[in-house]
Order: sequence, then C-alpha cells, then structure tokens
Amino acid sequence: QVSAALREGRVGAGELCQRCLARVRGTGLLNAYISVAEDAALLEAEEAEKRYRRGQPLGVLDGIPVAVKDNFNTAGIETTCASNMLKGYISPYNATVVQKLLDQGAVLLGKTNLDEFAMGSGSTDGVFGPVRNPWSYSRQYKEKNPSKSHSENEDSEWVITGGSSGGSAAAISSFTCFAALGSDTGGSTRNPAAHCGVVGLKPTYGLISRHGLIPLVNSMDVPGILTRCVDDAAVVLGLLAGHDPKDSTTIQGAFKPFEIPDSIDVRKLCIGIPKEYHVPGLSSEIQALWSKATDLFKDAGAKVIEVSLPHTSYSIVCYHVLCTAEVASNMARFDGLEYGHRAAMKQSTESMYAATRREGFNDVVRGRILSGNYFLLKENYEKYFVKAQKVRRLIANDFVKVFGSGVDILLTPTTLSDAAPYVEFIKEDNRTRSAQDDILTQAANMAGLPAISVPAALSKRGLPLGLQFIGRSFQEKQLLTVAKWFEKQVKFPVIQLEDMKRHDCNVFQHQKSVS
Amino acid sequence: MTISFSRKDTEPMETARAAACHARGGTVPAGQSGLASWLPVVGLEIHAQISSNSKLFSGSQVQFAAPPNSLVSFFDASLPGTLPVLNRRCVEAAVMTGLALNCSINKKSLFDRKHYFYADLPAGYQITQKRVPIAVNGSLSYSLCIDNKMSRMVTKTVRIKQIQLEQDSGKSLHDDTRSQTLVDLNRAGVGLMEVVMEPDMCCGEEAAAAVRELQLILQTLGSSKAIMAEGQLRVDANVSVHHPGEPYGVRTEVKNINSVRFLAKAIDYEIQRQIEELENGGTILNETRAFDSKLGCTISMRDKEGKQDYRFMPEPNLPPLILYDAKSLPANRNHQQVVNIDWIRERLPDLPSVKRAKLVELYGILPEHSFTLLNEDGLAEYFENVIKHTQMKPKKVIGWVLKELLSYLKEHALAVKDSPVSSFLLADLLNLLERKEISSSAAKQVFEELWKGEGKTPLEIVKEKHLELLRDQEELEQICQAVIDRQEDEVMAIKAGNQKVLNKLIGLVQRATRGRSNPVLVKQILEKKLQSE
Repeated sequence: QVSAALREGRVGAGELCQRCLARVRGTGLLNAYISVAEDAALLEAEEAEKRYRRGQPLGVLDGIPVAVKDNFNTAGIETTCASNMLKGYISPYNATVVQKLLDQGAVLLGKTNLDEFAMGSGSTDGVFGPVRNPWSYSRQYKEKNPSKSHSENEDSEWVITGGSSGGSAAAISSFTCFAALGSDTGGSTRNPAAHCGVVGLKPTYGLISRHGLIPLVNSMDVPGILTRCVDDAAVVLGLLAGHDPKDSTTIQGAFKPFEIPDSIDVRKLCIGIPKEYHVPGLSSEIQALWSKATDLFKDAGAKVIEVSLPHTSYSIVCYHVLCTAEVASNMARFDGLEYGHRAAMKQSTESMYAATRREGFNDVVRGRILSGNYFLLKENYEKYFVKAQKVRRLIANDFVKVFGSGVDILLTPTTLSDAAPYVEFIKEDNRTRSAQDDILTQAANMAGLPAISVPAALSKRGLPLGLQFIGRSFQEKQLLTVAKWFEKQVKFPVIQLEDMKRHDCNVFQHQKSVS
Repeated sequence: MTISFSRKDTEPMETARAAACHARGGTVPAGQSGLASWLPVVGLEIHAQISSNSKLFSGSQVQFAAPPNSLVSFFDASLPGTLPVLNRRCVEAAVMTGLALNCSINKKSLFDRKHYFYADLPAGYQITQKRVPIAVNGSLSYSLCIDNKMSRMVTKTVRIKQIQLEQDSGKSLHDDTRSQTLVDLNRAGVGLMEVVMEPDMCCGEEAAAAVRELQLILQTLGSSKAIMAEGQLRVDANVSVHHPGEPYGVRTEVKNINSVRFLAKAIDYEIQRQIEELENGGTILNETRAFDSKLGCTISMRDKEGKQDYRFMPEPNLPPLILYDAKSLPANRNHQQVVNIDWIRERLPDLPSVKRAKLVELYGILPEHSFTLLNEDGLAEYFENVIKHTQMKPKKVIGWVLKELLSYLKEHALAVKDSPVSSFLLADLLNLLERKEISSSAAKQVFEELWKGEGKTPLEIVKEKHLELLRDQEELEQICQAVIDRQEDEVMAIKAGNQKVLNKLIGLVQRATRGRSNPVLVKQILEKKLQSE
C-alpha cells in the first residue's frame, strides 16, 4: 500500500522517512532501537524520492523505511549485538540481506534491540536494556487492565516483547517502519511477532543468506522477516531469498519470487495438528484459539487431522546441547585482538583474553559458552553432542514422515500464553525462560523448516496471541498462502497506541541505570 | 692434561644412523647395558602449503613475504558474520596429491573445527578435516643409498594414513624487550594439506629421503612449492624406541625442523636421546620437543605441555565436500563446475619415479644419475634439451651436465634456471667437441668462458682464444719432437718398458698446445717417434 502511495506520488519518500523517524523518537520509551541512522536514512530517502520523480524506482521497496536487528552487519552503522563486547563496533561490510534491502532502495532507519547475541526469549537481556511491548501502551491493554495504583507504579505494568528479535517486532508494531529483519534460531522471530501482534516469518534454512548475520547457532540460524501482514512478508522474502556465493549453505538454484492471490481455496489442503504441541503450561485461551482456528479450516472445507511428532519433547534439551556447543565455538573469536572490547589487562595474553571475555559478555553468554565447552570435551562429545545430533535427526524425520503422509501444513500455537509483564518475566532465569518459550517454535529450526507466526486474536488482557504454521522445506509459497487466508479470516485488530511522551522521563532514568 | 670424551662425543650420529637403518635391519644395539637392541620408530606429520592464488576459504591472495597484514580478508580476520567459502583449486591440489600418493579419495569428506586460543588464530578455531579427510590409505615409495654410496640404492615404502585439508594460522612475532606480541595474518587461512605418514620409518635418513621424495612429487604436481626454508613444507616427527617384540614406546613429537638435512639430524638425535634416557633408567614423556639447529639437539617445549582438549565440532557453515568420478558425474555438469577425480587423474604429470625410469630407459644413464637429475629443479629438462640439440650420446652428455654444469651451479649457489650457460650453448659446445673441432680440455675452457655470460657463442670463444684442435700434422709432430727432446729421463723410462710415463708426455704436449691437440693423435705420434728413435 505504501509502495503504491509512493509510486503514485501521494506521499514522498522523504516525507515518509521524516514521519517514521518522528515515530521512532515518539516511541523512544519502547527502547526498540539501539541506534537510529537519521542522517543516512534521510539521504537515502531523498535519493529514492528523486528516483520516483524520474519514474525509475528500484523496486517495490524503494523509499520504504525498514529496520534491521542489531546482529546483522551494517557498514557505517554500529553493530553491537546488544553486548559490551561489540559496543562501538562498526562493521566494514553489509550483511547480504542488508545489501539486498539497500539495493532495492529501502531506507534503513536503524538497528533494533535484542537479547545479547540473540540469546534469550524476552529481549530483556541486552546491555541497552529491555524492549517494551508497544501493546503495553495500547488502548486495548489499558482498557482491560485499568491501572490499580498511582503514578509511581503506573509503569510497572508494561509487558515484554518476547525475543530475541523484540526490537524489530516492537518497531513494526509501533508503526516506525514497514518491514524489519530479525533472526530466528529457536523462535526468535516468531515469538516476539506473536507477542507484538505482527507477522513473523522464519524461512527454510538455506533460502536466505546468513552472510553478515552474527551467528548464534549456524546450523539453525535463519534471517527472519517481520511485517504487518503476510503479503509484505512475501514481498520481502522474494527480494532476500536465493543463492549467495558468500554462504555455502544457501540453495544452489535461483528463487522465484511469488505473489499470493487474493482468493484462496483451502479445500484441497490437509492441515496437521501435532498432538505433542499440547504441552503443559499452554494457556487455556491459546488452547481455545488453536481449536477455533482448527474449526475455521474445517468449516472452509480443509481436511484437518491430528498428527504425531513423537520426538518433539526431546527437542528443547537437544537444542540446549547443540546451541551451547556452537555458541562456545562461535564466541571463541571474541578475544579482544582483532576487534571489539579489549580489557586493560596486560600481564599476559591469556589474562587479557579472560578479562576481555568476562567484561564483554553477560552471564547468559558466558554460561552458554561454559556448558558448550563442557559438551564438546573429548570425554563428553559422544555422550552429549553426537547424541543430540542423532535426536535432531529423529526430530527432522518426524516432520518428513508427517509431510510424507499427505499433510501440507502444520498448525500450532506460537507461544504458551500472551506476553508476561516485565516484572514477572525476570523472576525466572534466562535459561528456564528460553526453554519454556522456545518449546513450540524450536523444532522447526531443528528440522530447517519454514514457519510463520500470524496474529490471531487478543487475549483477555488485551494482548496479541499468535498461531504458527509450519510448512514443507522450500514450500514458502504454500505456507504464506495458507497464512494469508488465515489472516483474512481472523481480522486481527489494529493496535491503538496511546501517546507515550509522558513516560519519557521515566525511561530515561531507566536506561541510565541499565548502562 | 687428559681429555675425557663423553659417550655422545665418541659415538657420532652418523654411525648410529647407519646402524639404525641398514646394518642390523632396523635395530640399534643396546649400549653398555648389554640388553636387547632397540627398534626406533619414526612417523611424520607434514603440512604442505597449497600453491594457490587465494586462500582455502577466502579470496585473499597468497604470497610469500608480503607486507604484514596486507593479505587479510574480513573472513581471515574472523570478523563476526563472515562465512567460509571453499576454494576449488585447493580441493583439486589435494585430490592430485592424494592420487599421486596412491590414496583412495573420499567422494564425501567433512570439515571440522579444532578449538584453541592463540593470538595468531583469529577465530579461536582452525577448520580442518578430522572425521572424514579428503584422502586416505596411500603409500609413498622412496629410495635411499646405503652407506652413502650412490651406487647402492634401496627402495622403501611408507604408508600414508591420510591427507586432510586445513587452514594455516597467522604468525606471532614476540618482542620480548617491549613485551609485545605482533600478529601478522597474511598466512592465516592459507590452504594446507596435512599428510600423515604411518610410523614405518626407523631413522632420520629414511625420513629425510621420504620427505625429499614427497617434496619432488608436490613440486611436480604443482600442488605445493614445498620449500621448507619458506615454511611451505613443515615436518613434525613422531619418534619412539622399543625392544623387538615389545609394544611401541612412548613417543615424542619433534617440531621446528626447517630443512631435510635437519630433519635427519633431529630424528637421529632424538632416537639416541631416548635410548640413552631409557638405558639410564629414565622414562620418555609424551611431549613436544623443538629442534635447535644450532645446538643440534631437541629441547622440551614447556609451554605446550598443558593437556589440550581441542573440542572438535563439525563445521556448520560448510556442507560436506562432494567429489565426483566419471561414473557419478551428473550429466549436466563438467569439470569446471564440480571436481571430477577421473578428470584430474587423467591429467596427472609423470611422477618423479616414472620420470627417473624413463630417463634411464631412454638415455641409458645410470639410475643414480636419474636421481641427481630430478633432485635439482629443472635439471632433467635442461639435460633433455641439451640432448635434443646435440649429436653427442646421452651417456656422455650426462657427465657434462652433472660434473661441469652442476658443480658450477653449486659453487655459485644458483638454480638451474639462472644458469648463465643455457642448454643451447652447452649443446653447441658439445657439438664442437663431438665433431672433434676442439679437445675436451679446450671444451672445459670454453665452458668457463661461457659461464661469464658475456653473450658469446662457443664458436666465437674457440676462435677468439684459438682453441681449435691442431689439424696441422707437421706442427703437431714438431711440438711432440720438442717435448721428447726435453724429457730425456722420461724417454729412458718408457724405453725401459714403463708405458705409464707416456701419459705424462701426452700431458706436456697438451699443455704446450693449450689443450688444442687430440690426445689420441698425440699418443700415436709420440709412440711412432719413440719407436723410431
């Protein structure tokens, strides 16, 4: 829609960018952005506007403001991973996905907040402080949760975005930009998308280049796409997907971009409902939503059957071993020598390494490095790592069998419940939280399958709830088509944001205390 | 004053080495203890830098002695978010090497990460092939001479366990005075082939001969420049000793060896050290020892003592390396898109052993001469070029190439390609000799003149220096007569029956003619004259 407006000259790219930047400033309380590249963005917008005036836009994304999670390298803009280790680090190159966006004329507004090195499910564990869910400041939420107390407590009700791509989800949800990049290793794009009421797409592993994405788990990481609707996600996917000579794990052939038709027939579809996703802790309202969605498909004539993915319950523990092992390995490069933080310790190289890594990483990162190294020790390797890899294969085979039996798409919840208030969320440690929150999303990463979270309804508390569709490998078109059909049926309400200005002084104090 | 020698001093290495290898079939006699003899066991791990324009996983150039940190890509510096992209050329080099070493090539091999913290290893891990290397189960045949006699050569074989592709590290330079470490990443990420040889050798000389042969093979293939002094070939030796019939002893790893000669020395020193240690009731530690070329001994490297756990893990950013052969090659792919083992096999150049056999067969030269020809880079080609352009028999040409040319080259420390006497000039010269236009001693003078590299042809030098063979029979007879007249004693001796003295007279005639006379003719004239006197 915005693209059409730009093409028809109803709005100028410069003006659009100005407006978005103003929104970014207006929603500063959310802490969605780590850095805002105001000048560069305005310059890009100006160029885009010139192209439109000449009638030669670069593509549908030309002049469209976008945001990128701060674990993608961007030349000229800081890339921090919300870690002391990379504070102030300016990469000399663009990640392939960032370059593709820029080549399309997209206007990069800034870098969005996350858990340190994307390790977390709340976007609460980064050095720049937690991200606040825009829905905390929506009329929908306020109406359902009238503030019980006085002004000093007023701010304690805000809920988390989920994570780790919470900044990107909040940026979309609060209308600061039209598309944002996240990353998805265990659910990091879909989880905040569900909590923030936006569309979160995790494409098939290998469909989009990881070159320039600072890795969490190389064998599961996928750049994620966050947008307001499924159609937008399809457009962005079409521009980003395809082989990249710089990433040997991308598909060889070219990817054919697609458009989703407006009239969709789901009668020939077979929707699978995996029974193992009825996990303990699944809230009753999500349970009810899931059943309702199932009925929707049934009523529309689709075949809906219960299926079994028997190894699902092992997924989280298996993920823990594989994830920490790769983390231990991937984080080894942060030694303070070539780039990033370097401690002032000068006694020996080893002591400098130790101090650098102690100061540079938070407890979560250090904890994962420690356990990962433990799993990789010669005496433990077979017992943990190899076994976890075998279990991973079993999990992937579960999906192969189900899809082989004629099921087209799996329908599951994305999260166990709606977003928790920050004060509740931080009562549990990161590891426990991640294990709980990734439970429904994480198997798709193990199997490398495409999955999408679509906002479905508001909870009793007035917060978004999402449902997840999981598709066959490289069958994004089918997946997004079903997602779009579902999106049209549920008519998810638009967020009614209240003015956040009055909270600004609060957040200022808050940020100070975190950094 | 009495000087007492320690046992080490009185028993030079050479003896130990010779004994170790041959005299007693691989055993070394026990020392004073009088117990059973010792069997040394030597295995080698060789890192050969792949000769390639760019690095194993990045596009940076590979070049020796470039300015520090001038050949470093984002990936080489391990910038976050960068990914490895495998270089085809390195894979092909490893396949070639594997085929040349009679290995079976794995059609599917895997990459692994080996973790350790070191300043010149930017990523904190090295990408290598631990689980499934690119080539396995090969062998290398090499020859060595017994008792330093070129004429007595034996051929031995060492099994090749595997060849794996891996990244080289950078270089650390320690500035002790300023207590600084400087890191140069030019070498970081350069492709290496690690060739692992089974412990089938029993002395330094065998190891040296095996490495020398490997070096020649790599150079012939062009898969590595394999120059030890430049670090393109790095050899670590695993050494242990045990009594016959007993299990292998504890082994040490000897590093820091930068020439083939030092390799032999280091291994033999280490064998002797271990024997002495054990005979004196000591034990051998499983440790890494550095060879000190100045002191000629190995020294424990204390900093490498701590037990390392490399925490190996599959490299997640590289799919399995798939190679094809003629049978498995997909129909729509050619050798430029995928690596085809058979395509490479068909294009392998002649290996040194085949080349030597061909030289011996084609030219009738001695086997040991074929070794000498191949040991100098370009010498065999030089020899064959000379042969192409001369009527002289190869058996005679080889003498000129090995005696004249090679000793001049050695004396001036020049490579064959830098010789001031080209193969064409030498061929010209040998043609003059063959047509009996000059004598061989004159030819040697011409060669010396040619060596100056003044751009003159052999014929010009002959003319200029009047080195043509004396064709004037009368003049030659006069010179002979003059010699006879002056050497009364010698003439007497010859007449008394001592024919050997005749050679002295021939020599004198040669001197008088400045090498321009034909010795055969001179001998005839002298004999005639002496008889007629």
